[in-house]
Amino acid sequence: MPVTVDHRQYGKDVAKIPLAPSVEAPHGGSQSTASASLSLLSVRRWVVTILLLAGSSLLILIACLHFGAQRISVGEALQILARAIQDDQAGLASTGSVGVILIHVRLPRLLLGLMVGGCLAAVGVGLQALARNPLADPYILGISSGAAMGAAVAMSLGIGNSLLANSALPLCALLGGLFSIALVYRIASSSGHLPVHTLLLAGVILNAVFSALIMFITSIMDPTSLFRIMSWLMGSLTAPEYPVLAILALYLAVGMVILFSQAGPLNILTLGEEAARSLGVEVERVKKTLFFTAALLTGAVVSLSGIIGFVGMVIPHAVRMVLGADHRLLLPASAFVGGMFLMVADTVARTVMAPAEIPVGVVTALVGGPFFIYLLMSRKNRGASEIFR
Amino acid sequence: MNDSQTSGAGFAYQVGKLRFQYAHRQGWARSKVNGWTLNGLTFEVVRGETLGIIGPNGSGKTSLLKLLAKILRPQEGTIHLFDAELGVLSQSAVARLVAYVPQDFQQIFPFTIAEMVLMGRFPHHQNRQFLSGFRWETVEDIDQATQAMDMMDVAHLANRFISDVSGGERQRAIIARALAQAPSVLLLDEPMAFLDLKHQLEICRTLRQLNEERGLTVMVVSHDLNLASQYCDRLLLMKEGQVARLGPPQDLIQPEVLEEVYGCRVLVDRHPDSGLPRVTLPGRTGIVSASAGKT
Repeated sequence: MPVTVDHRQYGKDVAKIPLAPSVEAPHGGSQSTASASLSLLSVRRWVVTILLLAGSSLLILIACLHFGAQRISVGEALQILARAIQDDQAGLASTGSVGVILIHVRLPRLLLGLMVGGCLAAVGVGLQALARNPLADPYILGISSGAAMGAAVAMSLGIGNSLLANSALPLCALLGGLFSIALVYRIASSSGHLPVHTLLLAGVILNAVFSALIMFITSIMDPTSLFRIMSWLMGSLTAPEYPVLAILALYLAVGMVILFSQAGPLNILTLGEEAARSLGVEVERVKKTLFFTAALLTGAVVSLSGIIGFVGMVIPHAVRMVLGADHRLLLPASAFVGGMFLMVADTVARTVMAPAEIPVGVVTALVGGPFFIYLLMSRKNRGASEIFR
Repeated sequence: MNDSQTSGAGFAYQVGKLRFQYAHRQGWARSKVNGWTLNGLTFEVVRGETLGIIGPNGSGKTSLLKLLAKILRPQEGTIHLFDAELGVLSQSAVARLVAYVPQDFQQIFPFTIAEMVLMGRFPHHQNRQFLSGFRWETVEDIDQATQAMDMMDVAHLANRFISDVSGGERQRAIIARALAQAPSVLLLDEPMAFLDLKHQLEICRTLRQLNEERGLTVMVVSHDLNLASQYCDRLLLMKEGQVARLGPPQDLIQPEVLEEVYGCRVLVDRHPDSGLPRVTLPGRTGIVSASAGKT
């Protein structure tokens, strides 16, 4: 009784024999011209796009260094950066407070924005493929608030206060995120697919419940840490220490590599679970991987920057419209665009009413909320009745 | 197994005492309420044949195809695919042998037809390597996809978005995807539903040609008894999750057999071109009453 089948043994006669010329339809022409005319994602297009996006991320980062309560010219900023990279302490000290602001406030904050935006957008891409719906997003599905609850619990228990414990905080947020993602999926899924209305409803309800729990936790906290918690919850990027950034970068790297490794299965999952299975995708395994990665990245992000909504929904949708739906490109491109978007949004947040700052979550919600409504309203137009099936 | 040693080499599928029911979820518990969708099927599919699966609505035809493609798992019974037990084959090993064309299909994301057809190449590159999900198409992938698109007459639509083409064109693209999979067995669920006459004929002929020239085993669920009669070697007639009859079209397409299974009287004569049996529903004013047999 053989337990495995070598497909070559059976598939050989079918796969290897060239087609009889009579089978080919008159349309196709010769193979070489036909394959040359396919507009597929080529390695070259991938590399060029990624390099362009990485370059523009760098440009935006440098441009954003310029803005703030104290104007620092781009030339000056580059000079300070160069000194910091060369570890020129004396030269750095000579720049005085400008150098301190740049290196210890603006730069880490922008880097945080880049990574947080990248994480949220990449997670959004994965969730949208899984839900087969462009409205999915860690915030709307309640994963962010689940993670926030995990983090709030950790803070109230006092395990999130030292730098060392900073690695415990994302773990608690990860657990909270995993818990809520499992709940959402359990509530919304029926016989193998995720109807969008129940998915969105489940997200709304979880958001309400988790928000109430977070409010409960904050209400029994001492008033001194209350302000910190509240501004964190609203979604703000406060300049972190560099070791914290390094930890976040580690989470981001692990999560991104896992997501990229699922790019092909994600493409196929957009056909639906049954079709994906018939094409050889181990659907359950991919789903679990995605859930875990989404919770991991959302947890890491939320524990540092609170709940920042809509980035994971708006960015993948916009990028998909421009670059197409192939996840091999969509995932990294969305990560870069999400990072750029959040850097700009945060710069707006801290300059528009300077010296006062508004939480960046407010800015993204003000951009993302109307966009969400626009998507809902456009359902009648572009065959989007399928979106809300 | 004894019988697989004597006769197994000639079978694409061997199905034994297959029983299946859908699990319906009620609240948090899984409960099975609707009874057996498939209730004890036993049959064999000869390697290289074209087998039509016919039967009334709800007789379990689609569920059977999904079980054979390992999309669903049976509760009882066995399925052997080329002598290997389907349950122990990995999903991608099954997908390298079996391609499945679903009844309906929706894609909301902007994939082009070429991208979608190329997804059929996925199972051929699945392995345990960590990053096997992130890879580029090989020349062979693109050749196979191009040939499949040519055969299904969608090559001129290759760069159009799948959401922008008509239902029939989409259907042809999905069949092209299945052919790009380079399968040994092709399972089709109502493939002609959206197609115009010309493409019905073309696709029937192409499938038949693949069947004859390359030994492709084809199983097709169809409500169109005439197409089934014309293009299938054998027909599997299903009723209430069981095999009612299995045999060549001449034996099955008969008024008595069809009346017994479908519960209505039909007219059967000879096809003017091939001489195979042809089914016609009674006319509005004819002398054969459709309800005559239903007492």
